[in-house]
Amino acid sequence: MTAQPVPAESAPRDVADESVHARLERVWANKPGLWGWITSVNHKSIALRSIITAFAFFALAGVEAALIRVQLARPENSLIGPDRYNQLFTVHGSTMMFLFAVPVVQSVALYLVPMMIGTRNVAFPRLNAFGYWTYLIGGVLLYVGLFTNTGPDQGWFSYPPLAGPEFSPGKRVDIWAQMITFTEIAAIVAAIEIIATVFKQRAPGMSLNRVPLFVWAMVIMSFMVLVAMPFVATASMMLAMDRLIATQFFNPAEGGDALLWQHLFWFFAHPEVYIIFIPALGMVSSIVATFSRRPVFGYTAMVLSMVSVAFLSFGLWVHHMFATPLPQTGQSFFTAASAMIAIPTGVQIFCWIATIWAGRPRFTTPMLFVVGFIALFTIGGLSGLMIAAVPVDLQLTDTFFLPGHIHYVLLGGMVFPLLGGVFYWFPKITGRMLSESLGKLSFWLLFVGVNLTFFPQLLLGMAGMPRRIYTYSADTGWGPLNMTSSVGAALLALGIIVLVVNIARALASEPNAGADPWGGETLEWAMSSPAPDYNFAYIPIVHGRSALWADTGPLEAVSGLREDRREVLETTMLDAEPDARHEHPDPTITPLLAAIAVGITLIWGIFDPIAFAVGGGLSFFALVAWGWPRREKPNTREIVETPQ
Amino acid sequence: MIARTASRREARVRNAVVIAIALAAINGCKREERRFDAEAPSAPAYAAVAQDTLQPGVPRPDIDVVNSAEKNAYDISEGKRLFEQWNCSGCHSHGGGGMGPPLMDDEWIYGSDPENIVATIVEGRPNGMPSFRARITNQQLWEIAAYVRSMAGLTPKAPSPGRDDDMQYKVDEQRTAAQPPRASASRGTPPKSEKP
Amino acid sequence: MSAMTWAGSIFDTAGSQAERIARLAWFIITVSTIVYVLVLAATALAVRRARARTARGDLADQAPETERRLTRHVLIATGVSTILLLVYVTVTAQTGRAIAWPMNSTQQPLTVEVTGHQWWWEFRYRDSVPSNWLSTSNELHIPVGRPVRVILLSNDVIHSFWVPELHGKQDAIPGHRNTTWLQADRPGVWKARCAEFCGYQHAKMAFDVVAESPARFNQWYVSQLASASPPTDTSAKRGQDVFVQRTCVMCHTISGTPAGSRVGPELSHLATRPSIAAGSLPNTRENLSRWILNPQLIKPGVHMPPNPLPPSEMNALLDYLETLK
Repeated sequence: MTAQPVPAESAPRDVADESVHARLERVWANKPGLWGWITSVNHKSIALRSIITAFAFFALAGVEAALIRVQLARPENSLIGPDRYNQLFTVHGSTMMFLFAVPVVQSVALYLVPMMIGTRNVAFPRLNAFGYWTYLIGGVLLYVGLFTNTGPDQGWFSYPPLAGPEFSPGKRVDIWAQMITFTEIAAIVAAIEIIATVFKQRAPGMSLNRVPLFVWAMVIMSFMVLVAMPFVATASMMLAMDRLIATQFFNPAEGGDALLWQHLFWFFAHPEVYIIFIPALGMVSSIVATFSRRPVFGYTAMVLSMVSVAFLSFGLWVHHMFATPLPQTGQSFFTAASAMIAIPTGVQIFCWIATIWAGRPRFTTPMLFVVGFIALFTIGGLSGLMIAAVPVDLQLTDTFFLPGHIHYVLLGGMVFPLLGGVFYWFPKITGRMLSESLGKLSFWLLFVGVNLTFFPQLLLGMAGMPRRIYTYSADTGWGPLNMTSSVGAALLALGIIVLVVNIARALASEPNAGADPWGGETLEWAMSSPAPDYNFAYIPIVHGRSALWADTGPLEAVSGLREDRREVLETTMLDAEPDARHEHPDPTITPLLAAIAVGITLIWGIFDPIAFAVGGGLSFFALVAWGWPRREKPNTREIVETPQ
Repeated sequence: MIARTASRREARVRNAVVIAIALAAINGCKREERRFDAEAPSAPAYAAVAQDTLQPGVPRPDIDVVNSAEKNAYDISEGKRLFEQWNCSGCHSHGGGGMGPPLMDDEWIYGSDPENIVATIVEGRPNGMPSFRARITNQQLWEIAAYVRSMAGLTPKAPSPGRDDDMQYKVDEQRTAAQPPRASASRGTPPKSEKP
Repeated sequence: MSAMTWAGSIFDTAGSQAERIARLAWFIITVSTIVYVLVLAATALAVRRARARTARGDLADQAPETERRLTRHVLIATGVSTILLLVYVTVTAQTGRAIAWPMNSTQQPLTVEVTGHQWWWEFRYRDSVPSNWLSTSNELHIPVGRPVRVILLSNDVIHSFWVPELHGKQDAIPGHRNTTWLQADRPGVWKARCAEFCGYQHAKMAFDVVAESPARFNQWYVSQLASASPPTDTSAKRGQDVFVQRTCVMCHTISGTPAGSRVGPELSHLATRPSIAAGSLPNTRENLSRWILNPQLIKPGVHMPPNPLPPSEMNALLDYLETLK
């Protein structure tokens, strides 16, 4: 039986009595004012704030990139000296990878996943708030560093011995290492939330084989985070210990090894780029389904492909180390693995093309960004094949070919789907539609901008220009391509500005988007826009893969959750049969206090190891306050089947 | 409504961040500057240091010379690099002493002030300390002097160097306990506290 | 010596290793372009077909026959991709094996130990007779047609040794002894460079590679082994005094003089080098004067300090340095 798409709808399909909505609103709303803002445990409040924070970091990193491009536009340019330049490219890379890319995809997940699976909040609301505050403190730490001339300058990959105590004096690298700790805590927290929520709080009837592809992508990404992030957190802690308390992890004279860092870091950092990429695949699936007016072709193949990519991505890390003295046969294995991961990625692209082929597409802005993603990401992937081959990599690694490649895959493979997602879900989040004409304008500016900026960089790499250099001489002949690339960067900036203008104008307009302006297939389109704090008045029952396309009219739902307390429905893991009712905590300040305690521990720890003892104690007290029981009644109640 | 409340919150966050930056800026700048140019004020000009307080009439008051390199992480680490690369360790052995006196203890034969150390390096001393006049630039001189004091723990902890990537022969300067110079152990120039 | 230009492209090959790599790169570029065009074409076709369906007023096609047909198409596309990738992996492995050993195994390889410093290069030729070991800086001479075994060491942080015309790069990692092979098949002068971020002056850490006939190489080697000739005219003699009585002696070696420090590049035959300051400047009197006066203006952060010599001393010093052939 096929699921037929429904037309766009302004009235929500989550139908309930006005008094029900009013009671739920009273129970689930944030407290008023600034206090309400900092004590909130609602997933949408926290996720939206996190998305805005991530885009703020994106803008800062964009400014850094603009400065880099201005400096490199002409040979022997004296705008920025080597010290400042090293700080700029290090903070640009670190911001984009740690403070923008992972947080934004996780925050989009934390916003949408509970709505898509039919629940009211994420599994651990206070932990969610803690994760956001930890992320914010880490990001602010990095930027306070940059603005006080203490910005890290050793590259975002921070290789010792350059990043070690002898060759990087001062506290710059320590600030970087602690920023990593903060952001990795936040990332692991978000991953735990997503996994627990998806496995235990799905709407009845949403068995695992009916879970939307977007949600699958987020779950898979979360498992990857749990495995990969501890590696970089450990490595950065080892580096911080080498610098502060004279451990010898990376000191070859005392039995350590500089290569140890590279293995630990790249074992994390290669899966990291797939952690960034897989959520984007989920977004593309959502957009392609809605705007092709049919479910994505090959559901099982799509899920298995994402799982394969997740597993395979952990077997590629040495392709960042081909120029090191590792045995050649071993290196060839990583060439093969890097080639192999192209197969499931290809399957995904073929399935989307098949969906469009058999669909009834509408080329709204989100769909344009998806087509742009296919065009740009494929260039990125194919340039990746150039550097996956050991012999060619030995010529191209550490040249400008690499920034060319990575920006094609990151901008084309993540930012374009993300922006498509912004246009797609903006009505759900704010209740207003973004302008289609401004959207198309920013799409074209960005599409041309990406190509104009980064294709010359692929050529520059082949012309022999190394990367991470603050200037180059005129007789290299690299000037014209660099100037072209810098002009492209200006186009990129313009595209982003048009997007910001679009958002600002939309926010100033009337909220009249309606519940389901696009006719989507997943549950978030069933409720009003913007969605209420409690998401659904009654938890819906799901009858098929495309939850909203299985039938029309008001959603069939379950009743019985309390409307005077915060309660969510827990269901079984495989088949989503109702299992228990779980009471959720009210808004509280304790997550912020715990984050501040952790912040004090880690930031003070940059200067003095006593911080870990004192701060550990503070954190302990904060956690006690967090967990202190507030009600005598049990907060999880079994659902007893009453015979009909 | 979202934009208005968001911007109010963001204004608060922004103000908090600005205050934090201002506080950090005061301390961060001095420690982290990389002064590549020798004309920077970090390198005071070398001036003669009196070898004795015995002077006709009333002795001139002693002037405190501040070596700003002691607060700068890059300068102290350059001092360490030069100390090793120019083989000061050949006699002073990373501070433990050998043919030359130890530099990490509290005994300073010719005084522990920065200007005393600079005088030692420039002029040399009897019985084996070479004179490096005109061989070392002004900035390098003060960087090495800052490093020598850090070996005895006399510089602030944050800018002092961590361990280096060699065999570990001693505790790094960042974790060296301060050794206040011992008054009675110096001959030659009287210790500072006894100067009128 | 005027060949200071940075041809440096990976397709500008002067050795068989770079040649094989360039061929593999072209193969990958060609296949990638074809695949890209096919993916774009498939997307465009899908859009066109679907638009036609919309124009007809049909709903999206979810019929079982369509699903089966599309499954077949996706499987074929996946199969073709897999085959292409297998070919890619095979060709890559073959190229990797081909470039791993010296191309001409009948000749005794020349061994050079390369040490990366922040921010200059030290070369030590290891002859079979230890007294013939040659130390030089920032300039690598190799004989054409003879394999060169390069042993990579580092004095401080990770650097990377890269002569694009001859071969890919290899990292010089402290605590490791990395080995690579080079062989030039034609004479030339090329600008090689550091290719791993190593601090402030990573951008200006280049070195000259001179490939010449074996006879000329031997000539060069013998002349480099000799001590620097003592200066004969008064100005050059005064210049030597400046060198050994001022800051220069603290860091540089000139064989045959009391200057024996290994902190900075070796200067015994400075006047024969095409460039100075690790490949940053052509070796002219004016550049040398600017460099010595204040290196921080040209390479901020470099370990060489400013040397504000009075003009008379500077001129004498430059006269002396010009005698170091």
